Amino acid sequence: MLKDITLGQYYRTESPLHRLDPRVKIVATFAFIISLFLVKNFIGYLIAGLFLLICIRLSNVPVRFIFRGMKAIFFLLILTMVFNLFLTPGIVVFSFWKLQITKEGIKLALMMGIRLVFLITGSSLMTLTTTPNNLTDGLEKLLGPLKKIRVPVHEISMMMSIALRFIPILMEETDKIMKAQMARCADFESGSVINRAKNLIPLLVPLFISAFRRANDLAMAMEARCYRGGDGRTKMKPLIYQKRDFIAYLCILLYVVMVVVIGRLPV
Amino acid sequence: MAILLNHVNYIYDEDTAMANAALIDVSLKIPDGQFIGIIGHTGSGKSTLIQHMNGLIAPSSGQIFFNNEDICDRDYNKKNLRARVGLVFQYPEHQLFETDCFKDVCFGPKNLGLSQKDAELRAYTALKQVGLEDEYFYQSPFDLSGGQKRRVAIAGVLAMNPEVLILDEPTAGLDPKGREEILGLISELHRKTGITIILVSHSMEDVADYVERIIVMNRGRVTFDGEPKEVFSHYKELEEMGLAAPQVTYCMQELREAGFDVDTSVTTLLEAKNEILKAFMKC
Repeated sequence: MLKDITLGQYYRTESPLHRLDPRVKIVATFAFIISLFLVKNFIGYLIAGLFLLICIRLSNVPVRFIFRGMKAIFFLLILTMVFNLFLTPGIVVFSFWKLQITKEGIKLALMMGIRLVFLITGSSLMTLTTTPNNLTDGLEKLLGPLKKIRVPVHEISMMMSIALRFIPILMEETDKIMKAQMARCADFESGSVINRAKNLIPLLVPLFISAFRRANDLAMAMEARCYRGGDGRTKMKPLIYQKRDFIAYLCILLYVVMVVVIGRLPV
Repeated sequence: MAILLNHVNYIYDEDTAMANAALIDVSLKIPDGQFIGIIGHTGSGKSTLIQHMNGLIAPSSGQIFFNNEDICDRDYNKKNLRARVGLVFQYPEHQLFETDCFKDVCFGPKNLGLSQKDAELRAYTALKQVGLEDEYFYQSPFDLSGGQKRRVAIAGVLAMNPEVLILDEPTAGLDPKGREEILGLISELHRKTGITIILVSHSMEDVADYVERIIVMNRGRVTFDGEPKEVFSHYKELEEMGLAAPQVTYCMQELREAGFDVDTSVTTLLEAKNEILKAFMKC
């Protein structure tokens, strides 16, 4: 059941998108998300969709895999669309009881739906094609200028990469503990809500103990290697822009200009 | 006939690029009362194999029968199966959670729906069976030594009165003395109760002295299956898999090559000693 969570996961394969500098991908994702909020008509979304489709093709990640993560937000998506559908004032198209559907409501609901789906797909495409380490490296480099105003950029990114690194470890640990307790006939799947919460104790206690132990071990290992923060620390694989990264920046710029110009035309 | 595996295959992450066959066409018969060792290198599929036996993992294809019932049936009682085929995992830290050892061992029997009194009775018997001293009964399991934690973990499964006991690497991370104690305990358990025991290990030395049958796993397949003597006679092939026969086997082979008339198929230290003495007398 834990295997179904693909949000924020990395998909190991070889593709032009995987090879790009993480900074490019972070900037591109932000540009894409902002562009989604600037668009005012469906032609704009069509362009955004095409851009996304090209990116998905370039990433070599199976489409099925990307949309599996969508299940998690399905409920949110439906809720947003229903609220927009019924609660937007305007020209009434259809009404029953106290509810009425307006022309504006249909349009808004559709736009919201598309926006949400694109948003999730776009950002999960970034995490699917970038290793957590690369992602935090890129973020650290991008936020570098903030060091001047005393923001602890290195520490933040270090914390982030450790947290990300621990997600699969703890997931695996959870799986093992669950199996060990299921071998003793523990039941995690049935019963009332209160009983189910109670049944989680045999899972949570070993999990917390192991998390604390791992954190302790990691701190010790870092200290043993003289870790003392980011000042003067060099990288084994420093991020250097290649030709392809500049081409990618150019493509993104082109896309943003196109979407903003066409997408904001009044319909 | 206790457990029967019929052409079992298992593939991890079946429909992704990471697909990885962990078991390939495994067919096994495990009769009642046997003491079996499953040997294999890390990643050979031995852990995956034993998790099939109590229904924690369902095979990608093939069938598994326990007492002639297909355990993959939708309406087969998995809970009941897990009580009858007890599985002790490698790390006791993964299952100990209660405030004291006694309560922790009660967890299994209570899940079976036993009354508090019956569960406590079972827990007491199980803790006695694994030879934990009384003074540790009401201590936190987290304060115990590695060997004692393992005993409590084994007791936690034994308390459900299983017909088959599977132990995954019960000696990992123990010092030689602790290792010997745990293995001695397991073989005594087998002798006294007569339950089927499956011991999973990557060390030949661990199992050679105790088990009556060895199953060697390599890359998801059963490579050898037979009595220790028979399996160890393939010591050259075992080495190619990154496994090794017990040191006794090597010692006897070298004696044979040096021209002594010894039986190279002995597996335990005691047999080897007798064999060497016999050869020595002849000289």
